[in-house]
Amino acid sequence: MGKNNTTSAPRDAQWREELRKSTSAKERAAIQRVKMPELSPAYRVTCNEEVNQGLSAEAAVLEATRCMDCPDPQCVTGCPVNINIPGFIKNIQRGEFHKAALVLKETSALPAVCGRVCPQEKQCESRCIYLKMKKEPVAIGYLERFAADFERLSGLHAHPEVEEPNGIKIAVVGSGPAGLSFAGDMIKRGYDVTVFEALHEIGGVLKYGIPEFRLPNAVVDVEIDSLASLGVKFVKDCIVGKTYSYDDLHDMGFKGIFVGSGAGLPRFMGIPGENYIGVMSCNEYLTRINLMCAGREGYDTPVLRGRNVAVIGGGNTAMDAVRTARRMGAERAMVVYRRGEAEMPARVEEVKHAKEEGVEFMTLHNPLEYISDDKGQVKTMRVQRMELGEPDASGRRSPVPVEGAVEDIPVDLVIVSVGVSPNPLIPNSISDLEVSRRGTIVVDESTMRSSLPDIYAGGDIVRGGATVILAMGDGRHAAASMDAALRG
Amino acid sequence: MNRIVEKEHFSQNVVKLVVEAPAIARSRRPGHFVIVRACEHGERIPLTIADSDTERGTITLVVQDVGVSTGKICGLEVGESLTDVVGPLGQATHIEKFGTVVCCGGGVGVAPLLPIIKGMKEAGNRVITVLAARTKDLIILEEQVAPYSDEVIIMTDDGSYGTKGLVTAGVERVIQREAVDLVVTIGPAIMMKFVSLLTKKYDVPTMCSLNTIMVDGTGMCGACRVTVDGKTKFVCIDGPEFDAHKVDFDEMMMRLRSYN
Repeated sequence: MGKNNTTSAPRDAQWREELRKSTSAKERAAIQRVKMPELSPAYRVTCNEEVNQGLSAEAAVLEATRCMDCPDPQCVTGCPVNINIPGFIKNIQRGEFHKAALVLKETSALPAVCGRVCPQEKQCESRCIYLKMKKEPVAIGYLERFAADFERLSGLHAHPEVEEPNGIKIAVVGSGPAGLSFAGDMIKRGYDVTVFEALHEIGGVLKYGIPEFRLPNAVVDVEIDSLASLGVKFVKDCIVGKTYSYDDLHDMGFKGIFVGSGAGLPRFMGIPGENYIGVMSCNEYLTRINLMCAGREGYDTPVLRGRNVAVIGGGNTAMDAVRTARRMGAERAMVVYRRGEAEMPARVEEVKHAKEEGVEFMTLHNPLEYISDDKGQVKTMRVQRMELGEPDASGRRSPVPVEGAVEDIPVDLVIVSVGVSPNPLIPNSISDLEVSRRGTIVVDESTMRSSLPDIYAGGDIVRGGATVILAMGDGRHAAASMDAALRG
Repeated sequence: MNRIVEKEHFSQNVVKLVVEAPAIARSRRPGHFVIVRACEHGERIPLTIADSDTERGTITLVVQDVGVSTGKICGLEVGESLTDVVGPLGQATHIEKFGTVVCCGGGVGVAPLLPIIKGMKEAGNRVITVLAARTKDLIILEEQVAPYSDEVIIMTDDGSYGTKGLVTAGVERVIQREAVDLVVTIGPAIMMKFVSLLTKKYDVPTMCSLNTIMVDGTGMCGACRVTVDGKTKFVCIDGPEFDAHKVDFDEMMMRLRSYN
């Protein structure tokens, strides 16, 4: 990865040199990191509106001014798709917001999405020079969102350059972040790209998984429309491996296939009572509410509303589920996580937002079993208190039960968010495709190519459960190598 | 896309729809199901495919009006379209020459049974079909199953048609009369439970097809999970057919009441 660094905003451009000279490092460092304007917790739990309101132009320019425009910018190395971060930030500083968006589009198919859902504190921002100065890093994620939103709201699409159509047909399986990013890169390279989606909406996890209050569907739709306007074709309600077989795709003339079918299967813990009414996967809960609009006036899909809701797990999906439960009227919404808060995989911002919204964090607790009433409706969760034991081989302190510390907690809805397994639909339907014991598609990491020469894969179907940006990075990576292979 | 080209009322609440879906018509096998939405704000509803016609590019669905969403599907007329039809989903039925196969269906369960009856007959089995319903008007597809069945036994609860009695009585009659190698049962969960208890007593292998609550139908939500042989299985990707003797029908029936 990281080739393709030809950019519209090179560091040696005259305007960037002038910007660097215009403000001293000391002056830049004196500026406080911007605060994201947010809806008040009391208001936002009553609705589905996006919590983060976005930066004003003035705030964005000031934040962009903080960036030192380092000679060897480490932030870029922390980005799975190697966005030219100083390039877009300096465009913001000089007021060229549209050009900033264009720099983002050079390497990212979904900047408005990534600006909202990337764990920046673990990626780009974790490498910012400011951290070495014991200061807060440049708010790269906020600025990314600002530039992408500016472009979206201006109606002037920052279209990247597209090569002459070459007529070569490429199929993409799944319209989540991996598939969309792959499709974006291949259409730019002149290929004839068709994306097949199993659900009735395009966007994958961005639609069915991530809630409106964190990532509005309208934002995702603009990105999809933008790909469609470049020529990407989208086919909904179509399951590759079922509706069309691998051989069918060949008969239809597809020369390359990218599988980004995601991590389909929700995991359960295998503890007693997990099949009672009111115990469900986070996928089911979020899909009902986000994709099917359950609970909204005029929609037919039902959803269970709990007063005492427990969400099991400590990832971003768990945070999405528990915050959704608050918005669906839960009086008590709890996160039950077997390790400590420091070990939680969720983004720092999601944990902060959840706490502000009144979510209780029962860290160092693990469910043992669920108990139901005589109709099979869950009513009690039995939990075991845990403590962190000695570090294991990986250096992580693993949780161990505190003897005798068992507690019963009343619940009427339990949402299990302890991870997902790869969707077996594709691996099961293509007999020669090499699959790992965990069910992931095995690829050559240097090319993302599978054991079949025309099938590439990326995202959760390869990683088994990762992030939007890693999936996007895989899509880009696969596009580059498939393109090289097809060009010979 | 998804246009309804034919509609027939089997009874007041049961409708047959023939729907344009060429890709699914071509790729589906007995046992497969589809997920449909009747309208933009509609629920995703799993329906087993009863038949298909690759030349016309159609699939046949038999739907019982039991609630808001199935009511909307049943209310669509010829020329109108389902908003979404996706499939074929699930594992296809394992069809081979077993010997003598008893296929028993209750209510609309006869519809998904039809392609299995056809398949079993074409594979060289002796096929005995038992159709059961509360009353005469609810017996469906009798004419369609007849050409592929060596014998058709009709059972009605009220005795208004065929023999008075439950489906189990009809199946038991056959088992007591001759050697049966396999029983296939599709219908309401309670019916499949009792067929399964019966055949377990006689030690006759039995396969059932489960119709549980689903959202996506591709393994994503887990709403359809059932316990089979002590393990949690997903009906949408592991099923819909399972060894009936290993299915926890009581848990399945409890879970079917999740949204009641």
